[in-house]
Amino acid sequence: MSNGYHIVVCGSLVPDPLQTLEPVMAPDGPGLKNEAMLPSVLDPWAAHALYEAAHLAKRVPDSKVWLASLGPKPKLQQLMMAVAQKAPFEFVAIDGSASGFADSFETAQALAKAIQSIPGLDRDRMLLFGGCSSASRDAGTTLSMVGALLGVEDQFLAVDEIEPDADGGFRVKERVEGAQYLVSRCAGAPAVLAWATGNLPEPPNNPQIGMANMRGILPALAKAPSVGALRGGLRFESVETPSQRRETRVVKDAGVEEIARELAEWIRG
Amino acid sequence: MEQPDVARQTMEVDIACVGFGPAMGGFLTTLSRHLTDAEGRPLLESRAMPGMPPQVLCYERADDIGFGVSGVVTRARGIRRSFPELDPTAIPMACEVRQEKTVYLLDPIGASRRGAGLKLVDRLLRPFAGKRMALELPYTPPFLRKHGGLILSIGQFNQWVGNQLMASGTVQIWPGTPVQQALVEDHRVVGVRLADQGVEKDGSPTGAFLPGMDVRAALTVVGDGPVGPVGRQLDEVFGMPEGHQRRHWAVGMKMVVELPESCELAEGTVIHTFGFPEPEIFGFLYAMPGRLASLGIFVPSFLDSPVRTTYRYLQHWMRHPYLWRWLEGGTMRSWGAKTLAEYGKQGEPYLVGDGYARIGEGSGSTNVLTGSGVDEAWTTGAQLAEGVVELWRSGQPFTRENLAAAYERRRRESWVEAEGRVAEHARDGFTRGFLAGLVGMGLTALTGGRWHPKAKHRPLPSLEEFCRGRLTAGEISRLRRRAESEGLPLHDLVMDALGWPKVEHDGRLLVSHQDALLLGGKVQAPPGFADHVAFLYPNLCERCSPQLCVEVCSGQAISPNPSGGAPLFDREKCVHCGACLWNCPTETPEGGPNLAFRAGAGGLHSAEN
Repeated sequence: MSNGYHIVVCGSLVPDPLQTLEPVMAPDGPGLKNEAMLPSVLDPWAAHALYEAAHLAKRVPDSKVWLASLGPKPKLQQLMMAVAQKAPFEFVAIDGSASGFADSFETAQALAKAIQSIPGLDRDRMLLFGGCSSASRDAGTTLSMVGALLGVEDQFLAVDEIEPDADGGFRVKERVEGAQYLVSRCAGAPAVLAWATGNLPEPPNNPQIGMANMRGILPALAKAPSVGALRGGLRFESVETPSQRRETRVVKDAGVEEIARELAEWIRG
Repeated sequence: MEQPDVARQTMEVDIACVGFGPAMGGFLTTLSRHLTDAEGRPLLESRAMPGMPPQVLCYERADDIGFGVSGVVTRARGIRRSFPELDPTAIPMACEVRQEKTVYLLDPIGASRRGAGLKLVDRLLRPFAGKRMALELPYTPPFLRKHGGLILSIGQFNQWVGNQLMASGTVQIWPGTPVQQALVEDHRVVGVRLADQGVEKDGSPTGAFLPGMDVRAALTVVGDGPVGPVGRQLDEVFGMPEGHQRRHWAVGMKMVVELPESCELAEGTVIHTFGFPEPEIFGFLYAMPGRLASLGIFVPSFLDSPVRTTYRYLQHWMRHPYLWRWLEGGTMRSWGAKTLAEYGKQGEPYLVGDGYARIGEGSGSTNVLTGSGVDEAWTTGAQLAEGVVELWRSGQPFTRENLAAAYERRRRESWVEAEGRVAEHARDGFTRGFLAGLVGMGLTALTGGRWHPKAKHRPLPSLEEFCRGRLTAGEISRLRRRAESEGLPLHDLVMDALGWPKVEHDGRLLVSHQDALLLGGKVQAPPGFADHVAFLYPNLCERCSPQLCVEVCSGQAISPNPSGGAPLFDREKCVHCGACLWNCPTETPEGGPNLAFRAGAGGLHSAEN
């Protein structure tokens, strides 16, 4: 029997954080101003999870990676142009909202349902990867709920490192309070690993990987199930941008203490 | 730093495309409709992968396909030919042109450089200019008119086109993937080499080195714009047609502004301005849907200032009373800059060669008389695609002769060529002065190009010559010393001394140059790529003063070096406008500018341009 992992990475797009994001209340619920126009990027936390998954799959023979993404179909397509050259994966698309105002549980349900219907996925060998939180909504609960819905009990929720053993088990290094790590040993899959930052840099673009991935991406987009806005029972009273002050100086050689002092002064006002 | 001896991965495709802009959009849109039928069955067969449809790959430097920089007003003849049922409301920020105004802006400050003739004209016009210090021309000259055309955000338009292309499944577009060079073997282009990754800023390999892949293709389509490295490489390798040259350039700097609620500017309004902040600087304002406006200025190479800058001029232009009444209280949503190929047909390279064809702005398609480039670029791409399909169907190879018959012939017989010929020398008069330039443009248009002004090319004057009669040599010397001691560019100090007022920042629309980068441009510089700007002979930079690359830099990415020698380059601020390249006044012993502008990843990160 194979010891390879079946790694499912839950990761989707978020509006490019470099953009000026302005929440607005529309008749059908909250959203971002000009959201359709804004470029999107792979959620940075999910990106770590994807790169770690690709790295792990390379190290453990007979492993395979899927990327399950929930977002508006046209935006997912555009996102794939930027992501597909990074790592080999099979794409699972779900057409729905990625505004950051969706209900976590309904999002988890949609993801769990899509994962359950992945052909060839051996859930006994499954590692469910994703970000420990999201750049668009920092609830930090979705991946855990996806795991629960799929009956995965071993869950690690702020992972920085995974080290596979020869027997199919693995060691996990997790962030805990007070800048400390908790190191656990897990007997094997299935497990949930929600990534904090990981240790791997963004891989270079590899055109051959992109070509291979793209063969599966367009069919996956074509058959993506539509799950709607996923509002659940959520009701938002109001949405607003945090007040901000901008005083830009570009300084590249300031010391840590000097930066800290300036920040403290700035916060004090 | 080229890595010549490393083993590189190789991939065979049918068509490799460089740069995704309007020209490539036109090419891929037209081509994709001939590759498969409605059920996805191949209509043409790949020569690289028999049994499959042709493998068509397009590589784009920027991180996304929507990061072009331009507000566009266009007659959209070529675009509408490709999309006969085009509904502008399907494209964010797009609308039809409903009214056009051409406006002469007088100088309300008294600081702009105007010759005696223009001063006299201003004095005569002043009583009619009113408190807005501007004169709306009674009509827009026919050659400028775009009525019934489209106002577009090029970023949004590119996204719209790119998404349809990707959804078709017939072509692949890969952003974030700069092309380092064309592969040339025996005078034939056989594909492209992608930029090396995992390298230091100077190009030397790191532990994560990934040599750029060689993508071999029967046809390489080059549409990487006026400062693209592949187009420039082909110019070097194959030379330019006799008599063709690239002397006229401009920096276009623009913003997308959310207009204040009180603004009454109607959607679809197009305003062209001239006369201020310097007479040679043209401006535009296009009112888009959703109370947005795309606006900006063009600072041309014939503005013969050795300290020319664009950002501060843009701010003074916005503050002109004619425009400020609409803009006051507005908010910058995006900002950016690019080089414009103002040489138009004068700088047309060889359009085809064995294994390659050139389309778009870098191929000299921009019309400098009508002030139009996007539709022309789109059309050249569509023309090439029609030619490629013709050759493919008849089984002919992509030789120079075949491409000339299939693509170049189409272009020569089209309105792009006919109008480009009229416009070819339309702006040459500006090399003799502003009024001569205006008269030259008008007469060129009136005579259909049969008469055109003669150019009088002069070397860039020294700062002392440029400021003669306004600043003394002693004053300039003091400014130079101050700039040197404080590590500043000279342009702000010179403009202050010439009487330009300080710009009061409002934190929303009038912001510092660095804030424009952060708020409007969001520049990205992905790690692992080499710096794309490099100074070839630092000792030559040492003798250059003022260093025009520093002065003109649209993103303040090039700054004075306190240690002397070559200026400093900061990739994290570079918007890839390429102005440093054509502004470098220093020639190397081998010829050409003392500044290399190479393939680089990243740049602006806003699709609202």
